[in-house]
Amino acid sequence: MHEMAICLGIIQIVEEEVRHRSFSRVRSVCLEMGALSHAAPEAIRFCFALVARRTVAEGAVLNIVELPGVAWCMSCSKSVEIARRGECCPCCGSYQLQETAGEQMRVKELEID
Amino acid sequence: MCTVCGCTKGTPSTKGAKAHDAESHERYDAHVQDDCDRHYAHPHGDQGPQRSNHAGDSHSRHRRSAHQKAHGVQALLSGGAGPAGLKVAGVSRERVIQIERDILGKNNGIAADNRALFVADDLLVFNLLSSPGAGKTTLLVRAVSELKRSRPVGVIEGDQQTSNDAERIRAAGVPAIQINTGNGCHLDAAMIGEAYRRLPLLTGGILFIENVGNLICPAAFDLGEACKIVVLSITEGEDKPLKYPDMFAASSLMVINKIDLAPLLEFDFGKTIEYARRVNPKIDVLVVSARTGEGFGALYAWIDRQAGHQRRAVEDTRR
Repeated sequence: MHEMAICLGIIQIVEEEVRHRSFSRVRSVCLEMGALSHAAPEAIRFCFALVARRTVAEGAVLNIVELPGVAWCMSCSKSVEIARRGECCPCCGSYQLQETAGEQMRVKELEID
Repeated sequence: MCTVCGCTKGTPSTKGAKAHDAESHERYDAHVQDDCDRHYAHPHGDQGPQRSNHAGDSHSRHRRSAHQKAHGVQALLSGGAGPAGLKVAGVSRERVIQIERDILGKNNGIAADNRALFVADDLLVFNLLSSPGAGKTTLLVRAVSELKRSRPVGVIEGDQQTSNDAERIRAAGVPAIQINTGNGCHLDAAMIGEAYRRLPLLTGGILFIENVGNLICPAAFDLGEACKIVVLSITEGEDKPLKYPDMFAASSLMVINKIDLAPLLEFDFGKTIEYARRVNPKIDVLVVSARTGEGFGALYAWIDRQAGHQRRAVEDTRR
């Protein structure tokens, strides 16, 4: 359940922002998660509510923007979208794919007051 | 029990080692005073690998300790304390701030520091991953027993509980630190930084990290290693690379273990390798038996090639 550790990372980032910007409450947290990142959005949602207790983010709404996985197909020499690792190229069926995007896990923005 | 030498003055976890009488281990007298918990709050922020340049040659263990202490642990802030004079009844102060920060940035910053320290110490570091029971520890016991004849070797062991694995490594005559993660399902970079300072110097040698037996979580965490190595035993079936693709995608080498059992099992090596290369076209593959030693010559040759790659990379950056 490494999503718990990832949610602790989110809360640490929020608390660092609290120290820099002096706000009292976080209404929502917006994340960007790539399809090839090492975490499941539903597990992140579950863990976030637990980890946010007794912090400025308690009760905050978690919005997750899911981004596609992108890979370079070495067989057909073009960039293709893939939903998960181990999938073949949707154009030519080759598995010779080099991932180029979709691994990111970022805190994008906070709605605060 | 002492996490370094196996004597009975401490407890199995690295956390317990701070209570250990340091007189017999002079090298550890600085770190026994440290607060082992503070590394969880090591606020390197989101600077990423480029942040690592301060951990070069001058970044000695003791200086690093002071550096980490300086960061300190910040208490959580409670709600309700807005800037003075801004609270006006009926006026919303809601606002949206763009922060754009990598969630794993803190771990990755510490991993970059670890990596720089390993390179400065001329140390090759491998992170071993597998499901429980694939044979990582048996493989390590054999490998360290043979590799220690030609170079310094050390091991960091990760498990939820017990120091059984570290004791097996120590019995092979190699220093080992056991990290007990409690409820944790993986090792992180801060744990490795802490454990590394408790090992004797291994200059010019090899450090093996045996991660928690788990094919999912450890894939997400960079520890500062040169390579991840995934161990797959033939009792687990051919389709593990497709079921747990993140782990095989993150690894440079797949070691297929327990090949001495091949006559008893129906195991398709070709299919396993094909599945692993679907998720990672560049992954190297070796087949071994940790019980009989078959295939270990090729494993040592692979390790020597990685040492050569690291040496050339370091020389290139110094030019």
